[in-house]
Amino acid sequence: MRKGSRLSSLVIYILMAMLVLALVGCGKQESSEGSEKSGSSNEAGESASEEISGFITAVGSTAMEPLVKAAADQFTSKNPKAQVVVQGGGSGTGLSQVFQGGADIGNSDVFAEEKEGIDASQLVDHKICVVGVACVVNPGVTVDSLTKQQLIDIFTAKITNWKEVGGPDQEIVVIHRPKGSGTRATFKKFALDGTEESDKGMEQESSGAVKKIVAETPGAISYLALSYVDETVKAMAIDGVAPTVEGITDGKYPVWAYQHMYTKGEPTGLTKAFLEYMLSPEVQDTLVTQMGYIPITQMKVERDAQGNVKPL
Amino acid sequence: MAKSGSHLVLPGLGRHVGAISGGYQKAIHMTLGSRFWRAAVFGRERGRSRAENVGRGIAFMCAALAVLVTIAIIAFITIKGLSTFTVNDVSIKEFLLGRQWMPDRPAEQGGPLVGSFPMLAGSIYVSLFAVAVGAPLGIIVAVFMTEIAPVWGQRILQPAIELLAGIPSVVYGYIGLSTLVPFIRNHFGGHGFSLLAGFLVLSVMILPTIISVSSDSLRVLPRQWKEASVSLGATRWHTIFYVLLPAARAGILTGVVLGLARAFGEALAVQMVIGNTRQVPHSILDPICTLTSAITLDMGYTVMGTMWNNTLWSMGLLLLTVSFLFIVIIKVVVKRMAPQ
Repeated sequence: MRKGSRLSSLVIYILMAMLVLALVGCGKQESSEGSEKSGSSNEAGESASEEISGFITAVGSTAMEPLVKAAADQFTSKNPKAQVVVQGGGSGTGLSQVFQGGADIGNSDVFAEEKEGIDASQLVDHKICVVGVACVVNPGVTVDSLTKQQLIDIFTAKITNWKEVGGPDQEIVVIHRPKGSGTRATFKKFALDGTEESDKGMEQESSGAVKKIVAETPGAISYLALSYVDETVKAMAIDGVAPTVEGITDGKYPVWAYQHMYTKGEPTGLTKAFLEYMLSPEVQDTLVTQMGYIPITQMKVERDAQGNVKPL
Repeated sequence: MAKSGSHLVLPGLGRHVGAISGGYQKAIHMTLGSRFWRAAVFGRERGRSRAENVGRGIAFMCAALAVLVTIAIIAFITIKGLSTFTVNDVSIKEFLLGRQWMPDRPAEQGGPLVGSFPMLAGSIYVSLFAVAVGAPLGIIVAVFMTEIAPVWGQRILQPAIELLAGIPSVVYGYIGLSTLVPFIRNHFGGHGFSLLAGFLVLSVMILPTIISVSSDSLRVLPRQWKEASVSLGATRWHTIFYVLLPAARAGILTGVVLGLARAFGEALAVQMVIGNTRQVPHSILDPICTLTSAITLDMGYTVMGTMWNNTLWSMGLLLLTVSFLFIVIIKVVVKRMAPQ
C-alpha cells in the first residue's frame, strides 16, 4: 500500500511539472504576441500623429552600454512617450537576443559575421561609432613604444621581462579580458595579427577591473578601449604610432573596431527613430566624442567584416 | 489534537462544520477516488475543519512547488550540460582532463578546445586549502564558545559570527583585492593574485558555517557525558578532546563538508583575487582559475546553443555533481557516526 502511494505521488509530481511547463510555454507565446501587437500599434500611432512612442530594448555590449544609455536618456526626455531600455550582457548576448527576437536592437562590438551561431544575413548592421583599443601598461614601465612583433612575443610569453624590450628588470604581467570580449578580439586581430595568446595571462571580467589592476600591478600590460584610458595607466605606441583619434581616422593606427547596433530586418517605428537619433549630429558630435569614441562621420577609412581597410 | 481542533475553536459550530466538510470530502473522494489525494490534502482522518483543509492544501502546494523547482533546475542544467557531449561530440575525458581552453579557435586552426582541467584543479585546490585553514580555526572557536567561555563567548562571538555570515561576498572580494593582493605581492612575491589570496579569503568566508554547525552539535551533547568524564578524573582538555569532540564528530564533519561546499561554489569573491589564469598552479603564489570564475567570465560573450556556451553549462553540471557528492557524504557521515 505504501509503495502504491509513493508511486502515485511521483506520477502527480510529474503531471504537475508538465502542467507548469505548459503554462510557462503559453505565457511566453502570449507575451510575444503582446509585444507584436504593441509594435504594430506604435507604427499606426506614428503615421497618424507623427509622435514617437512605444517601448524598445537594446541589449548587448557592455563597452557600448554607457553611450547607448546616455543617448537613450536624451532621446526619451525629448520623446516622453517613448521608452528605450538599455541592458548589458555582452556582445554575444546582444546578437543572440536580437536574432531570436528577444530584443529590438543588439549592441555588438564585433561584426555579426564573426560570431558563431548567428545567421548574419538576417541582421541589418548599423555602425554607430568607432572605438580605438590601446595597449596599456603600468606607469612604472619606462618603455614608450613596442613593435608589433614585440607585442606578439609578450602576449605569447616568449618575452617575459621588460628588460628584453629596453625597460627595467621587471617581470611582465599579462592581463586579459575573457575570450569573446570585443576589446580582446579587436586587440588580437589587429595588434597581434590573430596570434593565439599564451594561457599564462590573467583574465579580468571588465575594462574597469583591467584599468585598476594595470594601474596597481608593477610590470602589468593589457589593452583597453580608448574611452577607458586615463592618467592612471600608460598608453603604448605600436610601431611608433600612438593611439590617437587622428591616427585612427586617418587609418594609421590599426587597432580599432566599429560599434554596431544590429536589428533583425530593416528597422521600423521607434527602433528606426532611435537609430536615426544615434547617427544624428546631436549624438555623434557631443555624446560620442565626450565618451571617448570616434564619430562614424569622421572616419576617412572603412573596414569590412573580413578586415579589409579602404579609404572612403 | 488535530482532530479535535475544530471543536476547540468553534464549540458551537464544530459538529456542523465537521459534518459539512465530511460530506465535501466524501464528494471529492468519490470524484478523485485517490487514496493519495485524500491523504495528502485532507489527512487520513475525517472530520477536519475547512480552514485546516485549506491550510493543508496550501502547505502541500508549497512543498510540491519547492520540489518542482529543484527538479526543473536540475533537469535544465543536466540537459544543457550534457549537450556538450551529445551535440558537440566532445569526449568527457577531453572536457575533464584537457588543459587547453580555446573555445573560439576557428576550425582551420584545429577547431575549438574546451579542456577544463585547470579550472577543476583550481576549484579543488582553493576549496581544500580553504577548509584546511578554516576547519581547525572554526572547530576551535566552536569549542571555545561552548565549553571554555560559554557565557561571554556566546554573548560576543555569536553576534560576531552572524555578522561575518552576513557580509556579502563581493565585499570579501573587494577587501581581498585591496589589501591581501598587494600584501602578498610585496611580502611573498608573485603578482599577488594567487591561490594563496583565494583560499585565505575563502577560509574566512566559510568560518561562520563551520562554527555554527559545530557549536550546535557540541551544545546538544548530553550534560551527563561531560560530568561522567570529569568525575572519572579527566581534565578539561581530556574531556574536550577525548569525549566531547569525538561525540560531536558527525555534526562537526557536517559543518566542515558544508564549508567545503560553500568554498567550492563561491564565485565572486574568489574571482576578484585569484587572477584567473587557466593553468594548473605549481605553487600557492601562482594565479589560478576556478569553475565558477570561468563561467562568470565567459557567460556574457557566448551565444546560447553554441559549443562554447554548452561547455559553460557542463561546468555548471560539474559543480552540481560535486555538491551532490558533498550532500551524499554528509548523509553518510551523519548516519554512520551519529552517537547511538
